[in-house]
Amino acid sequence: MRLLARLRGWEGLLLVLLVAIVAMNVTRSPYYLGVENIVNLFQLEIEKIIVALTMTLLIINGEIDLSVASIMGLAACVMAWLFRHGAPMPWALLGGLAAGGAAGAFNGFWVAYVGLPSLAVTLAGLIGYRGVARILVEDRSYGGYPAWFDAIGQQPQLGPVTVSIAVFAVLFAIVAVILHDSGFGRIVYVMGNNLQAARYSGVRIKPAKLSLFVASGLNAALAGLLYAARLGSVRGDLAQGFELDIITIVLLGGVSIFGGSGNLVGVGLSILVILNLRNGMGLADITGNTQTSVIGALLILSVLIPNIAQTVRSNWKGRET
Amino acid sequence: MKWLQRHVRPEQVRELSLLLLLVVAVVFFGSLIDGYYTSRTFNRIASSVIIIMVAAVGQTLVVLTRNIDLSVGSLIGCAAYVTGHELGLHPGMHPLVAVLIAMALGAAAGVINGALVTLGRVPSIIVTLGTLAIYRGILVDYSGAKTITTDTLPAWLLNLPQATLATIGNLDLREMVVLALAIVALFQFATTRMNFGRLFYAIGSNPDAAHLVGLPTRRIVFAAFVLSGALAGLAGFMTLARFGTITVDNGRGVELQVVAAVVVGGVNIFGGSGTVVGAMLGAVMIGTLEQSLFRLQINEFWRDALMGLLILLAVASDAVILSRMRALWARTELKLIAKPAPAPASGGAQR
Repeated sequence: MRLLARLRGWEGLLLVLLVAIVAMNVTRSPYYLGVENIVNLFQLEIEKIIVALTMTLLIINGEIDLSVASIMGLAACVMAWLFRHGAPMPWALLGGLAAGGAAGAFNGFWVAYVGLPSLAVTLAGLIGYRGVARILVEDRSYGGYPAWFDAIGQQPQLGPVTVSIAVFAVLFAIVAVILHDSGFGRIVYVMGNNLQAARYSGVRIKPAKLSLFVASGLNAALAGLLYAARLGSVRGDLAQGFELDIITIVLLGGVSIFGGSGNLVGVGLSILVILNLRNGMGLADITGNTQTSVIGALLILSVLIPNIAQTVRSNWKGRET
Repeated sequence: MKWLQRHVRPEQVRELSLLLLLVVAVVFFGSLIDGYYTSRTFNRIASSVIIIMVAAVGQTLVVLTRNIDLSVGSLIGCAAYVTGHELGLHPGMHPLVAVLIAMALGAAAGVINGALVTLGRVPSIIVTLGTLAIYRGILVDYSGAKTITTDTLPAWLLNLPQATLATIGNLDLREMVVLALAIVALFQFATTRMNFGRLFYAIGSNPDAAHLVGLPTRRIVFAAFVLSGALAGLAGFMTLARFGTITVDNGRGVELQVVAAVVVGGVNIFGGSGTVVGAMLGAVMIGTLEQSLFRLQINEFWRDALMGLLILLAVASDAVILSRMRALWARTELKLIAKPAPAPASGGAQR
């Protein structure tokens, strides 16, 4: 019943859209549904969709993290710097993750404990963390990592599936359980709906918000390291500008920018829609910039159409009574 | 204390402290860089600042109404490119017509943004995130990824950045700088002294209350987006004049600098407080840092890290110090207005 109710809402629209896109793509290319293309489809945007998972938690919580792409770059640059200065690869990777966690904690401290707006704090982070990354690697490009690291990003390790895709699948399951099947998940929604009510109900708001930002930082760092493995080299502008795509994925999934509503099913569908749409447009020789425009239009329409539908419906009701 | 509270608003303290910080920064760089206090430094900083400054004025209007315009970077790129393209086709075009083309293009895009926000009831961050991508995509398609180069542009445009209105000592006052300052002055006057301008604050402080008392909320928000678009168009024209070479990537990421200038300038990201002059100072601060660190060569890479810190500092000081000051100011004001009634002064600091 719940599933049916959901399908009548935004998720249903996304599903219809997804089926239409996939059907169109299949008629264009006979190889479309082959395992190789599907793996490739995920692989091309895998880092963004990994980060979108924690972004979903934050936006439902009523906050936003604009600094994720810079944290991706920071983590990769810290890793590259440590490795270049003689640290063994596992330690360098841990250092990158720790940098991401620290950056997330720094964001979270200002938002949760000082009470600053996350839009402003993470805008500072977006510029500042990128700056720290630039200080570390300046305008150089650091490569030459161990073969196993490059292989993680570039070759399928688990049957036809790459490590990044496996990481995404595991994280998706974890976030789904946390958000929809745990007490903490309810707290995330309640805080997003009404922070004051949550506070008066005895929810420990500050640690909850802090932990979400730390999770976002750690996850972004993980994605940044996976991206470095895929590229095989690290530069200061790694993942620059990804934050807009990541936020678009989450909002297109029906998560309200004001917090308190949305779910991971919608975000999962939105990920599939965007991946298939981009891939399909690529098949039709549509360039990357136009692809981004189409997704931008889709983002606006995703809020505009339900609004118009609501207006029309209330007008109908007004006429009947 | 009473005197201070009666004659100085918290916002002015904010602007004065930013001005002080600016002086400290200039003295600091002056001690590190040889020949820093020259008209060349001033001109270099001024010519880079005005682009961000003009766009930041528009952004301030939007942010005051509790909205945000992330599409300005793409608009600057579009306006610069299209105007350059038209000037290449019609070299005899009157300069004013060229400026009008740039501003009209920006205003038209602002109309789309504003209509989607007010009539479509789509949150502005979603609308402008989308149009950021859409306007850029249209530009890339329209241009066929070609680049505008200086040799197609008329001479008056290329000389415009050097055009000097007046010379004070050996300090040249460039025409474009004067234009940017005039725009700041105009909008500062409009937002502080005119009914129309005060509406931006009223709507931003409490949109529901503004709607209930019958203020034209939608029209003002719409106007904010159109003005922001038009000013971004003008900033695009300034970009064209300054660089002469315009690629389809021009202006990418500028929206972040513009928003940063507004936030550093003390405009509250949730609307309702902050001034146009503040945003101007924010833009000058960022521009000074950028150009001065560039001159320091070795520390060029520290620029972004410092800028991030500056934004954080601005927002944190706003929240921690200014909100307390505002509460203090509000309490004394209540006492002055209604002496006998014990006015509940709590909640003033909350926002």
